[in-house]
Amino acid sequence: MRKYTPKDNVQRQAYFSDRFFVSPPVPRFPIDSDEIFSKDFEEINYSINVQEAYIEHTHLVIVIDKSFLLSCVKLLKEKLEYDMLMELSAIDYLSARDGYEIFYEFLSLSKHKRLRLKCFLQKDESIPSLTSLFKSANWSEREMYDMLGVKVTNHFNLKRLIMPDDWYDHPLRKTYPLQGDEAASWYEVDKIFGKEARDIIGPEQRDPAAIDRYDTTRFARLGHEVPHGMDISQFEPETSISYQEEDTSKIMKKLKPEESVVLKRRR
Amino acid sequence: MQQPNRLKPFFENIHFERDDNTMMVNFGPQHPSAHGQLRLILELQGEEVVKSRPMIGYLHRGMEKMAENMIYNEFLPTTDRMDYIAATSNNYGYALAIEKLLGIEAPRRAEVIRTMLLELNRITSHLFWLATHALDVGAMSMFLYCFREREYAMDLIEDYCGARLTHSAVRIGGVPLDLPSNWIDDCMSFLDVLEQELKTYEGLLTENRIWKMRLENIGVITPEMAKSWGCSGIVLRGSGIKWDLRKEMPYGLYSELDFDVPISYTNDSYGRYKICIQEMKESSKILKQLVPMYKESDSQLIAHSPNYISAPKEQIMTQNYSLMQHFVLVTQGMRPPVGEVYVATESPKGELGYFVVSDGSPYAYRMKLRTPSFQHTAILEELLVGLQLADVVTVIGNLNIVFGEIDR
Repeated sequence: MRKYTPKDNVQRQAYFSDRFFVSPPVPRFPIDSDEIFSKDFEEINYSINVQEAYIEHTHLVIVIDKSFLLSCVKLLKEKLEYDMLMELSAIDYLSARDGYEIFYEFLSLSKHKRLRLKCFLQKDESIPSLTSLFKSANWSEREMYDMLGVKVTNHFNLKRLIMPDDWYDHPLRKTYPLQGDEAASWYEVDKIFGKEARDIIGPEQRDPAAIDRYDTTRFARLGHEVPHGMDISQFEPETSISYQEEDTSKIMKKLKPEESVVLKRRR
Repeated sequence: MQQPNRLKPFFENIHFERDDNTMMVNFGPQHPSAHGQLRLILELQGEEVVKSRPMIGYLHRGMEKMAENMIYNEFLPTTDRMDYIAATSNNYGYALAIEKLLGIEAPRRAEVIRTMLLELNRITSHLFWLATHALDVGAMSMFLYCFREREYAMDLIEDYCGARLTHSAVRIGGVPLDLPSNWIDDCMSFLDVLEQELKTYEGLLTENRIWKMRLENIGVITPEMAKSWGCSGIVLRGSGIKWDLRKEMPYGLYSELDFDVPISYTNDSYGRYKICIQEMKESSKILKQLVPMYKESDSQLIAHSPNYISAPKEQIMTQNYSLMQHFVLVTQGMRPPVGEVYVATESPKGELGYFVVSDGSPYAYRMKLRTPSFQHTAILEELLVGLQLADVVTVIGNLNIVFGEIDR
């Protein structure tokens, strides 16, 4: 039977996992353990329905519904002094939970605190853009759309940022293959010469730096000089290396160590 | 946006055909002043820029994807290729993020060596920036002088780890090697040379009429703009916001070190140049303070954490259990706790952040690399409007963008 490989996650998996091994969770702390965060949380919780909140690695993490996103970010920016949006992106949970988790990383310059806002987005839903509040969301949202295919509404220029405009699929999805299509690599051979020629022609060489050591049309090997285009795959004749000046006049004089200066280090 | 199909293929330059008076100019990606692979589409009215659209992606290597398909130690050399001008700062940010995730701490001597390398990298990065920026603006001799001193700093790094550009000299949990025997003396003599040369640079540039004409009031980033666009590092400090992560949210040894954070209230390119010069002086001040710290520290170089970190080399070669554990960690990789961590460090360019999501397997579930140059390139959309075409080069050079970390 053919080996089963899941289609929804084609990324590399651990080849061995102990049956009884369980990774411990990263410690999470209650919000009352930090004075500033507990005040902030109260303020947010007053007007917005917070699904989950905790402190993880000195960050206040707040999980909300996506419908509250804009109002929450507005509150963070205008009232709670989280004045910089450092980072935003999505995490692909399409296979496990049929959606994406979007995270926003905020920084408060006055409080010296970081806050992470998270919300879950179903597969076909879209997320409102934050470009009206933070300009840094402009490229980050474009990158998120480009890399993960998360749709953003109200973005003034939602085009692919990194991949070419006509690129198919979104590279950071877990379903995106790690290697090229095998059939496509034989396409030209099959089309022009037929499938029988596959063995003769061999697979397509996609490495631009690849060197065929028997190629005598483009490369010469020192000590093995042969006429252009000669077939050396069976036998490689050796040519002796000799220098022109060995018997005649010397081009470069031999350096004498006692007469020359040796530098210990670069000057 | 075009809708390409079989009959109508995708045309890259179709937008260049225009009927009005403005002219579209394609700047880059092969332009030497584009600092790598930046492509700018500029709409010009005369010589004034009316609209600018930066385009990136020419150096995209899919690092975030690579991070999801590599074990944690395997990915570390890849981070070198982000900001290749200051590779150690990337290594350090990554190592620190994973250490936070694992809940371990590097030993003190390792931390001292790391900080030394970081500050040396900051100096090389700033020298490189000054060299190329001055070259863009037209000061050829600055390029030669700065590269000479950068060469000495790179020699020092080469002495330590053997590499000049892509160091990978920081490992998760510590550093692999101790400093060579006379490294500190060499470093101190380099700092003396640098101090002298910095005076030369300042003498050549600070009051230079052409330099001031080209830089003053060019590329003005107001504090509001800087905050909104997520600027960090020198760009943020050049806008009069005193924010250096080493000072404000210290990590590693920085809380024990005494240094100043230079800022400028002029918001323009000239202010950022002045900050850069000052920062090199501060870095050399930090390096001098690290020497006694190094001498006082224990000789342990890598954290002791058998679940996650391999033992030192001699232990692996002599102790059976260490060898077994090393074997598992190399073939399978470490399995960090389940959770998320975002760790930001102050790289020479600005805030370099690693957001790592771990699901407890040897491969990261998601890794987002927050790089300062990314937002500093995005700001070009707004910053270049209203400037002359000749100033575009000044602004691009002044923002210190490196394409390895923009496209990743």
